[in-house]
Amino acid sequence: MKISVIITLKKDVLDPQGKVIHQTLDGMGFNDVNEVRQGKYFEIDTKESVPNKAKEKVEEMCKKLLANLVIENYKIIDVQ
Amino acid sequence: MKSSVITFPGSNCDRDMDVALKKFGFKNKMVWHDDTELPKSDLVVLPGGFSYGDYLRCGSMASKSKIMKSVMNFANSGGMVMGICNGFQILVETGLVPGVLLRNKYLEFICKNVFVKIKNKKNTFFKNIDNDVLEFHIAHNEGNYFCTKDQLKEIEDNEQVAINYCDKDGKTEEQFNPNGSIKNIAGIFNKEKNVLGMMPHPERMIDLSLSGEDGSLFFNNLINNLK
Repeated sequence: MKISVIITLKKDVLDPQGKVIHQTLDGMGFNDVNEVRQGKYFEIDTKESVPNKAKEKVEEMCKKLLANLVIENYKIIDVQ
Repeated sequence: MKSSVITFPGSNCDRDMDVALKKFGFKNKMVWHDDTELPKSDLVVLPGGFSYGDYLRCGSMASKSKIMKSVMNFANSGGMVMGICNGFQILVETGLVPGVLLRNKYLEFICKNVFVKIKNKKNTFFKNIDNDVLEFHIAHNEGNYFCTKDQLKEIEDNEQVAINYCDKDGKTEEQFNPNGSIKNIAGIFNKEKNVLGMMPHPERMIDLSLSGEDGSLFFNNLINNLK
């Protein structure tokens, strides 16, 4: 079973990389961008075959390792 | 006094720390991250470097390594623990000290000498140091200290700020902040003040002919406070 997770910075955390990407996009002529926030994407292939159980385990992984909850949010976006 | 320096895969200031600790009288042992037991220690140091190649988040992998369970038990029972640079990043990932270390505000790796002002001397790390301002070295890409508003209030209420970036006269203004840290914070304690995490490297300032001697002041003072 494959689980996809995205990790994003919380709203009030400064994202200097996102800012630079935004500026570069501006310089390239993409002038209508309001903001860019950079995040992380994980695909986790697990032996667990029950979707809810797999989801629960990945949530635990997010809380314990994949995300730092002081600055980041996680979201499971796909279970296959 | 006995000390232990933990070596993780990718640590690169572990030997410097070993040299510094021995120079000022500690009997130091190097401890491998995959060991489970800490030797008997009066001080445990998590050194600087790039543990696990800074994968995922700096310090995140090292914070889950086998030896860290013993380090956390040691810290939680009052043992003295110090994390320098990557060691500070590992400490925040364990939750032993609050907050996180983000990428430097201007996305540059910073390698230079800085001045720090000691904010709190009522603890074993800094009590009896005459100087208010010390010159240390920093070398990091992720030293931008950040915490939530609630955490900041708690940190300040409990006097957990250890050192702030400043100029040579001790002015802690924004222009002397190298990396964007909240309130120029360069190092913090846990609530009990037996755990210290800081970005600057005192072990790089122990030889007058190579650098400066403010690290010598720090280590000399520390071993005397521990005796």
